[in-house]
Formats: sequence, C-alpha cells, structure tokens
Amino acid sequence: MSANLPEIRARQIPVQKLKPPAAQKSAPSMPPTPEPSPVRRFLLARGNSALADRGFHWLMVLCALSIFGIVALILWQLILRSQLSWHAFGFRFFYQSFTDPDSGRKMYWDPVNSQFSAVPFIYGTLLSSFLALLLAVPLAIGVAVFLTEMCPRALRGSLAFLTELLAAIPSVIYGFWGFFVLVPLLREHVNPLLVQWLGWTGLFNNDNPTGLGFLAAGVILAIMILPIISSLTREVMTAVPHSQREAVLALGATRWEMIRMGVLRNARIGIVGAIILGLGRALGETMAVTMVIGNTPEIHRSLLSNGSSMAAVIATQFTEAVGDMHLSALIELGLALFIVTIIVNAFAQLLVWAVTRGAPVQTH
Amino acid sequence: MSTNSFPLRSRLRTVTDHAVTGLTILATVVVVTPLVAIFAYLVYKGASSLNLAFFTQIPKPVGVAGGGMANAIVGSAILLAIASAIGVPIGIGGGVFLAEFGRGTKLANAVRFTADVLNGVPSIVMGLAIYALIVIPQKHFSALSGGVALGIMMIPTVCRTTEEMLMMVPHAVREAALGLGVPNWRSVLSITVKTASPGIITGCMLAFARVAGETAPLLFTALGNDFWSSSLNQPIAALPLQIYVYALSPYDDWHRLAWAGSLVLIVLIVLAVSLVRYVTSRGVLKGAS
Repeated sequence: MSANLPEIRARQIPVQKLKPPAAQKSAPSMPPTPEPSPVRRFLLARGNSALADRGFHWLMVLCALSIFGIVALILWQLILRSQLSWHAFGFRFFYQSFTDPDSGRKMYWDPVNSQFSAVPFIYGTLLSSFLALLLAVPLAIGVAVFLTEMCPRALRGSLAFLTELLAAIPSVIYGFWGFFVLVPLLREHVNPLLVQWLGWTGLFNNDNPTGLGFLAAGVILAIMILPIISSLTREVMTAVPHSQREAVLALGATRWEMIRMGVLRNARIGIVGAIILGLGRALGETMAVTMVIGNTPEIHRSLLSNGSSMAAVIATQFTEAVGDMHLSALIELGLALFIVTIIVNAFAQLLVWAVTRGAPVQTH
Repeated sequence: MSTNSFPLRSRLRTVTDHAVTGLTILATVVVVTPLVAIFAYLVYKGASSLNLAFFTQIPKPVGVAGGGMANAIVGSAILLAIASAIGVPIGIGGGVFLAEFGRGTKLANAVRFTADVLNGVPSIVMGLAIYALIVIPQKHFSALSGGVALGIMMIPTVCRTTEEMLMMVPHAVREAALGLGVPNWRSVLSITVKTASPGIITGCMLAFARVAGETAPLLFTALGNDFWSSSLNQPIAALPLQIYVYALSPYDDWHRLAWAGSLVLIVLIVLAVSLVRYVTSRGVLKGAS
C-alpha cells in the first residue's frame, strides 16, 4: 500500500534557502514590516539540520546493521569455542559410534573417556520434531481453515486470541505441565493402548515405566508449534484473493471444494513454509523437551523409550561438563543446531514471503 | 439437458462438505483444549500456593515449609531491566530504519529477513554464544551476561513490531510535518514514532513478556542463586530458572512454589498479549500486528 506513494526526502525540500528578504535591510526608510508568523519565525531561527539528519540516519542504519552483527557474533563465538572437538573428531562427530571398553556395548557419548558423537541427539531431535509435525500439521491446518473460512465473525477474534496465547506460554511452563499432567496421562492411559494395538510395528515397546520419552516430547512439541503453523497458515490463506474463491463458488463448488481448489491450492507454498517454520521451532525447542524426553544418550526404535535431543543435552550437561573436550563438543552441537535452524528458517521465510508479498494488510 | 440428469450437488459432495466442516471444528476444539487445560491446572495449582510470603521471602531449606521466590522475582526484574536497556533502543532504531529510511531498499529487505530468521534461532544457542563471549573471559557466571543474552533476543522482535506499527502511520502525517519545514529526524521522533508509540510500547512489552519466560539462555549465563543478590557480577536468580529447578526437584513444597511462579509468569504474559490486542484494535494502529 505504501509502495505506490512517492518517497519523502526531507533534505530535498528547499526550506533552508528561505532567508529574510534582503530588501528589509537595505531599505530602512520603508514602513516597518509586520511581525512574522510563528511558522516563519521558527523557520528563520532554525539552523542547518543536514548534519543532525545525517547523524540520525546513520544511527538508525547502525541499529539495523546490529542484527547482522548478532548473527556474525554467534557464528564466530561458536566456531571459536568448538575448535577442540572439531579438530579431534572432524565430520565423524556427526556419524561415529564407539565401543565401551568395559562392557563392549555400542556407545555414543562418553564424557569420562572424552569420546563424543552427536548421533543419538540428532536422532532424538529429528524423531521428536517429526512426531510433532505429524500431530500438529493436520490440526493446525484444520484450525486455520475453520478460522478463515467458516468461523462466525464473533468467534473469530477470541479464538485467534486463544491460539496466540498458546504461542506466548513460556516453554518451561509447558515442560512443567507436561511433566506433571501429560506424562502421567500418557503413562496410564495412552501408552498401554498404543502397545496393545500397535505393538506389532515395533514402534511401541512397553519397556519404559516412566512415561517419559520421544512420544511425550513429540506431543508437547506439537502443542507448542501448533499456534505458529496455524497463525502463519491463516496469514497466507487470507492473502489469497477473494476473486479466486468467488470463481470456484460460481462454478457450483461446495464450500469444501472452494477451500480445496480456491484457497489451499493457491496458498500451498505458503503453508509448506509455515510447516517448515514450525519445524525450525521444534528443532531448537529446549526446556519443554528437556523435561519430558528422559535425557539418555541412546537410540531406540520404540517411541516410548527415553532419549535425548541436541538442545536437551546442552541444557542438562553444560554446567556440569567434565573437561574442555566435553564443553567443546556441546558447543559444536549448538553450532550445528544454529546452522540447521538458520537454514530451515530462511527457507521457510522465503516460501511464506513468496505468497504474502503484495497481499493486503491483514486485519483480524 | 435438464439439471436433473446432472445432479450438480450430489449426495457425496454434500456429505464431504459437512464432514470437513465437522473435522475443522473438531481440530479447533482439540487445539483449544490443552490451552484451557494448562490454564485451569495452573490457576488451580498456583492460586492455592500463592500468598504474601511468595513475594516477600527467599526460598527456605528443604523440609522447611513456606518460603517464597522474592529473590527470583527481583532477579528477573534486574535481568529484564538490562535486557530492555539493550533490546529496546536498538530494536526501535532498527524498526525506524526499516520503516522510514530503508523502505524498498535491498539493505532493508536483508535486515528484515535476517531479523525474522534470528527470531527463530533457538534461545539456547543465544545462551551458548553469550557464555562464550562474556562468561568465559570473565571466568564466572553473572547477571550481566544473562541480561545481555535476553537483550539480544529482544532486538529482532522489537525491531519487526516497531516497523509494522510505523507502517500504519499515514503518509499525510509525515508530509504535514515535513511541509512545515521540520527536520527529518525531528519529524520521525516527534511525529511518526510518537503517533505509533502506543503500538511500539506494547510491542516492547510483548518482547519483554516473551523473554521474561525464557529459561534456556539463562542456564549458563545467570545460573540461578538461592539467596539475595543484586550485584551484576554475581550469579542471580530468575523466575523461570527457579521454576525449572523446583519443578524437577522431588519435594512437594518446591513444586507448589514452582506452580505459583508459573502462575505469576502466565498472568504477566496474558496481560501483555491482551494489551497488544487492545491497542492494535483501535485508533490509527488498527489492524497492525
């Protein structure tokens, strides 16, 4: 809307050239000039503000550039502090495993012997995020469709507000609630059913009596990323022009066919963007996952087993790390997490922008 | 050819339509349920343990009943003051650049993009970076490092909301100011930013409320503290940190304190979010955010 209007450039407005007419001084015999108006007096009294203007402009540019500075700073510090582990393991850090000298078992994370590998954490992060997407995406799109296309106007505002609130609850409170309400619920009622019905897939083994684990982490993450996916989906769906909906309706479509062909099809790139943005959040979520995933550096096929994630292992082990190599390995995990989330977020942002760019300003 | 031979609205299509409507309503109910459940549980658990002592006393040793989180509340306030001192001016500056100086330029687009991407960076990574930057050279955990970590997290949020709010200010207002010969910097500060100030302030409050609940970046910067501390060079307690530690402790007394703390945090956040909605639903800023 604003792009069509002409640019305002204050410095080109020639107010500074307004000087008192020379005639006033050279002709003292003329009758006294009337008192200048307040506006004119202000203009006369004012000095040259070009310097102040330029200074202000550059100050604002500096503030804006600080955002690049922050990204560079994070990257530089994390690379600097993870050198030790990088030199020791190189790329093997992301796929190697060890044999425990005592028990002969396969191990991945052994702070005592300074042997580190990111494999179980990458597995835990990916598995819990994937579970979260699986649960959250259909629900989020359902909510977005309901809110944009079907919901009565009176209800729309308050429902949108409620989902917004869901996004604002701190992660530690989700974790707290998950630990005391969700985990017992899963343990007592959901997990036995899953084992009974789907135990044959091997994904649900009843060997973990705590209720913590990948499934609990996935469910909590799903609740947390739902509002992000649904509000962005709503945004891209609102950006679809009304003419598209009207055209499909005019061909005799029912409301669902209109939504499917007229709205979802046009918004699909943006919706994929929203989902990937939700994935970015899920990958880096720390506190809630830490509190319900169980925190053991192991790989299990069963979703009901304990595990760990990249963010969770940093949160739980960083302050009690044994030795520089342990610290360095944890920072390298953080660096990997940073780079992955930057790439995922950038990709998602581009997809969302591709749809909403040029769309009218969204109103609630 | 009559319409009867081509039943445009076949039974199947109508049924599908109704089924989908039902499914979306179901999805909405399923989504709203955990929210209501979390709130109800928090109020139920928190309200019963929220009392004056919670706000005035420091934690008692294990086994002694009572005690509060006064030190954590003060600690959070100190951390948030440092964070706001860093995040708010820089964020608003960035937003002013995006909306007033850089509209449509490549630089502005890059800044906007980076701010959005930075918004999605996990908070624990911020904590790691500040640990490496401040805690390692200083060789001890400190309130200052926690505040800086939170402040950096505020910048992108404040920057983007400020920009959105400034975009809502009509061009005529700027033109009127410039037409009177007001210098550009003065016009931006006293006219545009002032017009948008309710929106900008609530945007800052939203960022404030978000970082108020952040735990991950404080784990290895502010660290937490069981006693009073107001020194910026010492580890300091913070409400979300205390909730995390107490929630995972095996003691019922500490759980109660943690529920009360969660309730306080949630109330703060609900207030901030409602305020933003209230402000953006009226006046010049209608429709923003």
